[in-house]
Amino acid sequence: MDLSGILDYLVGFAIMAMIYAIFALGLNVHWGFTGLFNIGIAGFFALGAYTAALLTSPPPDPEQFEDFIFGGNLAQHGLLNFGIDLWFVVGIAAAAAVCGIVALIIGTITLRLNDDYLSIATLGIAESVRFFFLNEKWAANGSKGLYRIPKFMGDLVAPENYDYLYLVVVLIVLALLFAAVQRAVRSPWGRVLRAIREDETATAAAGKNIFHFKLQAFVFGSMVMGIGGALFAHHVRFLSPLTFDPLLATFVIWAMLMVGGSGNNVGAVLGAFVVWGVWAGTQFLPGVFADPSFRLCMIGVLIVAIMLLRPGGLVGEWRRMVVRTTAPPATRDPTGFD
Amino acid sequence: MLGNEGKSELTKSPPILRVHDVTKDFGGVRAVDRCSLTVMRGTITGLIGPNGAGKTTLFNLVAGALAPTGGEIFFDGRQISGLRPHQTFARGLMRTFQIPRELRRMTVLENLMLVPARQSGERLWATWLTPWKVAREEHRIQAQALEVLELVNLAHLVNELAGNLSGGQKKLLELARTLMAKPKMVLLDEPGAGINRTLLRDLSANIVRASVERDVTFFIIEHDMRFVMTMCDPVIVMANGSVIAEGPPPEVQRDPEVLEAYLGGRPDGPA
Repeated sequence: MDLSGILDYLVGFAIMAMIYAIFALGLNVHWGFTGLFNIGIAGFFALGAYTAALLTSPPPDPEQFEDFIFGGNLAQHGLLNFGIDLWFVVGIAAAAAVCGIVALIIGTITLRLNDDYLSIATLGIAESVRFFFLNEKWAANGSKGLYRIPKFMGDLVAPENYDYLYLVVVLIVLALLFAAVQRAVRSPWGRVLRAIREDETATAAAGKNIFHFKLQAFVFGSMVMGIGGALFAHHVRFLSPLTFDPLLATFVIWAMLMVGGSGNNVGAVLGAFVVWGVWAGTQFLPGVFADPSFRLCMIGVLIVAIMLLRPGGLVGEWRRMVVRTTAPPATRDPTGFD
Repeated sequence: MLGNEGKSELTKSPPILRVHDVTKDFGGVRAVDRCSLTVMRGTITGLIGPNGAGKTTLFNLVAGALAPTGGEIFFDGRQISGLRPHQTFARGLMRTFQIPRELRRMTVLENLMLVPARQSGERLWATWLTPWKVAREEHRIQAQALEVLELVNLAHLVNELAGNLSGGQKKLLELARTLMAKPKMVLLDEPGAGINRTLLRDLSANIVRASVERDVTFFIIEHDMRFVMTMCDPVIVMANGSVIAEGPPPEVQRDPEVLEAYLGGRPDGPA
């Protein structure tokens, strides 16, 4: 492989790792900060991806597709084409909105109950979304999949260089989301979420409405995931229900958060790069080792190693220190606080 | 009944908490049985009774952690039975827990800064749209928290994770959290359990100070009789889910029913 080939590969790798980093950020809001056990990330992944894809793809040729009738084709509407493909932004916003609404419904039903109900509900919704798109052929061409998903600002650069442009786009979105999540979780809002994660009863006794905060966290994290799904759709530009199997759309994201450091946004992004590096890197191994099942095993080995060596993840949760404003006592009280 | 110092008999303090005929069943077990009691504003009222008397359950009912099976609870003149914990908190009622419930992976300071109500930074939009306002408020709350930490002698542990504190320090942290809330009334569930004498003295001093300086009414469950008899007036005694005696400490100590409840039989009765 020549140098430009390697560079192209690395750009493609970085795009995928950054898209996964967005999911890891969303999961961090759910699990890392609030302790919400969402095991149906694939559902929000798929909803975000399909929403953005369906809104922007042209409608299918009725001669070729009898069943498949949908396609918003926002791209063809001159109203939103100010030369910067605003329809793409609309698609992303819609992806976030759809995920937010679905999360609002699931959350309203389950978040008042025991924690387990949310897990079961998210698992269920993920499978339901997948089977919906698999079986309802009119919606997104069923198992044959959805293609002709347009590129964002695809006319701007030559097709062979397009990934470089998209890398910048994904980087900007990731940076914005990182800043938004970071600001939110480091504020009093995030402090309530972490308190809920530590002890719900004590947080309620401190006057916080547990249900409201959990619902906000669940909706916000799910919207972040929806944006990740939309960026994925415009990158891969082909969606089939098989894309959203629990292994590569839920498990891998959990692995990223565990490896990087739950409760730390830097850890979430780092974990995405490390785990996606292991997943992508192992495909160059010889023979049977390049088999996807072996590559997944390697992620499992990585998780075990991290759990044994650094249980908090590579970076772990940082303690929020303040500068002491009063002079510290010379020694600890010797009368025996302990 | 002993009045509050500095107040004449005519302006005797009105009740702040009135529990009327409250019952709580857990399946077939009646933990609180038609319990009625009154706590007067400004007092440090003790609640004692043998294990299983229903004291902690009564606290849970008052604070809203549990809903009563029957009866009514009035706080500060208004019905509060059936309200949820964050709603009773909003009315000015704060409780601590028998086994401290510190927020382990948060610092001591964060444990305190959580508590103040209606922080604008608790709204997600405000954290993005008006960060300067949130920062200003955080600064103020942090100063308040540091002040409270000085008061309870935990200032040197400001950046320590709450999970790393000793048992006694966690008790102080629980008290410190109640001081952050500016409550009208605090329910303390066994503040003295498992802490040494030195720390207990600190704790008592802090309670008295809060009672006098901050005008907080205290309602305290405690098994340490020395603590109860010196700190509390009046003392209410519960057994088998209802109140069996109430009055100033010396009277309660002599009450035959109280002796029976604690010793399991009348001194002159059959063994």
